[in-house]
Amino acid sequence: MSVKVRIPTILRTYTGGESEVSAEGATLSEVIADLEKNHAGISARVLDDTGKLRRFVNVYVNDDDVRFEQGLETATPDGAGVSIIPAVAGG
Amino acid sequence: MAVQSVEASPAETTHPAASAAPVSLGPAVALSCRECGERFALGPIFACELCFGPLEVAYELPTGDPEALRQQIEAGPNNIWRYAPLLPVPADVADQPNLNPGFTKLVKADNLARELGVTGGLFIKDDSGNPTHSFKDRVVAIAVEAARAFGFTTLSCSSTGNLAGAVGAAAARSGFRSCVFIPHDLEQGKVVMAAVYGGELVGIEGNYDDVNRFCSELIGDPLGEGWGFVNVNLRPYYGEGSKTLAYEICEQLGWRLPDQIVIPIASGSQLTKIDKGLQELIKLGLVEDKPYKIFGAQAEGCSPVSTAFKAGHDVVRPQKPNTIAKSLAIGNPADGPYVLDIARRTGGAVEDVNDEQVVDAIKLLAQTEGIFAETAGGVTVGVTKKLIESGALDPSLSTVVLNTGDGLKTLDAVAPTTGPTATIRPSLDAFRDAGLAR
Repeated sequence: MSVKVRIPTILRTYTGGESEVSAEGATLSEVIADLEKNHAGISARVLDDTGKLRRFVNVYVNDDDVRFEQGLETATPDGAGVSIIPAVAGG
Repeated sequence: MAVQSVEASPAETTHPAASAAPVSLGPAVALSCRECGERFALGPIFACELCFGPLEVAYELPTGDPEALRQQIEAGPNNIWRYAPLLPVPADVADQPNLNPGFTKLVKADNLARELGVTGGLFIKDDSGNPTHSFKDRVVAIAVEAARAFGFTTLSCSSTGNLAGAVGAAAARSGFRSCVFIPHDLEQGKVVMAAVYGGELVGIEGNYDDVNRFCSELIGDPLGEGWGFVNVNLRPYYGEGSKTLAYEICEQLGWRLPDQIVIPIASGSQLTKIDKGLQELIKLGLVEDKPYKIFGAQAEGCSPVSTAFKAGHDVVRPQKPNTIAKSLAIGNPADGPYVLDIARRTGGAVEDVNDEQVVDAIKLLAQTEGIFAETAGGVTVGVTKKLIESGALDPSLSTVVLNTGDGLKTLDAVAPTTGPTATIRPSLDAFRDAGLAR
């Protein structure tokens, strides 16, 4: 499964400045693991020490907040768009 | 003047997105991550690059004689700039084109107190008196100064309505272009108020959380380059404007802390910054160091924080909002975890009321004190009533309840149950026949 991942500004040091990269994986967890293979260090920015999504990171698969879905086990169908977004905006 | 640092000060990191030139924003010295403590140079950034935690302004605040500072504040203008020595703004801020919000009324609400059985003194901090009739003018005024310092020419925001109006007005007065984003289905009063100032107003097909997500993506795209989003990349500065509510309440109480404060929760930013403001006043010696309790108020149809509070959780699970209190309809509140910390630390609570209770509370406040609150004010008054009934809020202590906006903006909420007593012909007989003679 190949997906497009939108990278927020603060993680672009890991992607050579790219705002969107491709990754492989059938679930969000696998997508993040694949991102780590190609952009070393990015996984530790998105996941905490216990391997969970950091509490101030929002991740969307297409238009769905994964916290309303299956979290890291949310399916990432072929061609899906994954967005990683800082959660501290708004209000 | 001597200064004191109010934050730990590990080595600072200069964020690549920050403005290259150093900026001068009064006593502000750095941005500090609320989660991990990492520090960054002042710049248009909002999330920690290490842990995504929220950045907030760290200061070197004045030290020395509290009485001298108190006199300096009291001699200042009748707006938030009287507190400029405690805000991230340049020293000449009062001379810049700005809407100069603040110093709104603290109304001693004796009639409402009798109705609710409060004996320790009940006050309404009525922020409907701001230039665009909500507390948002306070936070926008600070963001405007940051936008000026960082060289932005366009102001933007994601908004549940009040903020869009505040940004539009501030941009018009301060010489910025504005382009603001709102959910497409807001109350007419808020839509018109946001549009009248002449900036661009864009309705997004979705709820506030969708709008917020859109803005967060826009800011990372060349399409949004050079834009100052007051509640995204300027959020650390913007949030500080809510501290002025704490300063004003204490000054208006004769430089005393209230015992209890009831604050509405949308993102939770306002509540956390009021707590920060109270803590600063204690550290500066401007008020006596004594306990106070902070209570958060939500609408039942969007109550992620009160749900977490009541369940004893420290994680806030997002909700999909469905309430008439649209200005509080943020299902994924950025500062929710910190609200939980503060309510628990101070011995307060977080509670919610349903839409019917919100409308009843709007009417109760109007009919006892002559204050017409928007739905968020109905939420705080309704929650105050509920907390008194449950015993969580002590009626024998002094209590301040926030009204953060004007009821004229949310007429839809009360219009179905509020209208003329009668419509009659212009004759005395008709008046008598309608049973109106008393």
